[in-house]
Amino acid sequence: MDLRLDFALRFGDFTLMLAESMEMSGVTAVFGPSGCGKSSLLRVIAGLERGAAGTVALGSEVWQGPGRFVPPEQRGLAMVFQDARLFAHLTVAGNLAYAAKRAGRAAGFSTDQVIRVLDLAPLMPRRPAQLSGGERQRVAMGRALLSRPRLLMLDEPLSALDAPRKAEILPYLERLAGEGRVPMLYVSHAVSEVARLADRILLLQAGQVTLRGPLADVLSNPAAVPLLGVADAGAVLTGRVLSHDATDGLTLLGLDQGQLTLPGPLGPVGSLVRVRIPAQDVILSLTAPAGLSALNILAVTVTGIAQGQGPGVAVGLACGSDRLLARVTRRSVTAMGLTEGMQIFAILKATAVGQQDIGAG
Amino acid sequence: MLGTPLAWWLAQTRSRIRPVIEAVTALPLVLPPTVLGFYLLITFSPASPIGGLWLDATGSTLTFSFAGLVIASALYSLPFMVQPLQTAFEGIGRGPLEAAAVMGAGRLDRFFTVATPLAARGYLTAVVLTMAHTLGEFGVVLMVGGNIPGRTQVVSIAIYEKVETIDYAGAHVLSAILLALSFAVLLLVYTLNRRFPVQAG
Repeated sequence: MDLRLDFALRFGDFTLMLAESMEMSGVTAVFGPSGCGKSSLLRVIAGLERGAAGTVALGSEVWQGPGRFVPPEQRGLAMVFQDARLFAHLTVAGNLAYAAKRAGRAAGFSTDQVIRVLDLAPLMPRRPAQLSGGERQRVAMGRALLSRPRLLMLDEPLSALDAPRKAEILPYLERLAGEGRVPMLYVSHAVSEVARLADRILLLQAGQVTLRGPLADVLSNPAAVPLLGVADAGAVLTGRVLSHDATDGLTLLGLDQGQLTLPGPLGPVGSLVRVRIPAQDVILSLTAPAGLSALNILAVTVTGIAQGQGPGVAVGLACGSDRLLARVTRRSVTAMGLTEGMQIFAILKATAVGQQDIGAG
Repeated sequence: MLGTPLAWWLAQTRSRIRPVIEAVTALPLVLPPTVLGFYLLITFSPASPIGGLWLDATGSTLTFSFAGLVIASALYSLPFMVQPLQTAFEGIGRGPLEAAAVMGAGRLDRFFTVATPLAARGYLTAVVLTMAHTLGEFGVVLMVGGNIPGRTQVVSIAIYEKVETIDYAGAHVLSAILLALSFAVLLLVYTLNRRFPVQAG
């Protein structure tokens, strides 16, 4: 099922303009800085912005077009807002029942499943005012799922939370994404969240789509570095857990070609793990280095070099079917004589990969 | 009855005539009751189109009748109904209503299951203010109703009459009843008010 968007929405001198057709399965991330129009995009899809001019359609169903506007309540969607928007006059149970009563017909979760997956049982008799921020977002997610949407839209559901709360909610989101029963559209300005959850990504900049494609491709594209922010850029690798080293607290991860040793128990042996490698923590070398403290050395091919505004250069690398991204200085690129197609080595410190960069595959 | 849709419309609309309607709604607050009463008396008289229509339809006049009194009171107390409600509706904001819409709740559904319960405090304030205000009104009632005992005489005017005729005992009784009643209603309101959820996230 494709979501077709071809519209323009003006606010003063800002215009959000899209001509996209997106496949709706798995998790599609809409990424961009604050004020780039991410939230407005979701609002247009939901039918909350009547001012949008153009076409919005899901499959053969036209929601908005010339002389046609399907109101939000008939679109069969669900949305998790940044500020939860629970009903203050109802308990958690009441909020969930409100959605279940008006649920659509799409396949989804039963009330019991939602309560179990999101651990909502202890919260049921409480009022929204008695919940913490993280709990509110969990209830909001449950409420959205119970309306059995054909598409679940999440508008920066974690941005109002502090780091520990985020870490508390992310596993729930991963579980939902992993289930794959409800296609999701996930808006965020945090690369680490997107890297952990998304299958596909749409980069939005000042109301325009600048890049789109499968997550691993976009995140390893050197051209994406300035759009993601130099500090946040980094490719995502998917590997299988090969073994654990309990004495050193390390995990050995098998890639398509090569292996990575990373800190911490990343998951049971045999499971797939998704790891984000920050571009600025990748070191390049022309020869296979020896005698280094760094544990990870991968033989790679240079696939692209993108010059940014400053002294930094983004270098795209291929390691078998996996993609990596390194950020080095322009001087290094010249000194090493890097060109596309060159066979070099990428070095990665095991500790450069933080826990927030590791998720289920 | 008239207050709720009007308050809802005022809270939701972005129409340019909104300030005009707001000003008209608030007029009874600033006008001397006698002015409003005078205009209503003219509007209600059988000689005017509205008064005439009423006479044709019901066979009785609007002026100096209980029905006319009720209509006049409703208009006179309208701002006390509309303003707290409008504030309450505006206080809810678009958030919960949009959330309900995306969940599949239609317009009426949203109004009754989200807006109304969240505006509960507003309703309570509005009803009490309106009641209290209607109880104590004098000028409009006197002008339109004409103080006919048993038909259009209200307590406040009855007290006035008793004082005028130096029937202090009677005035005491009626005044005391009114005082006790008003206090009881207000006490009930403030007690109930604490039970409603404070509007938050």
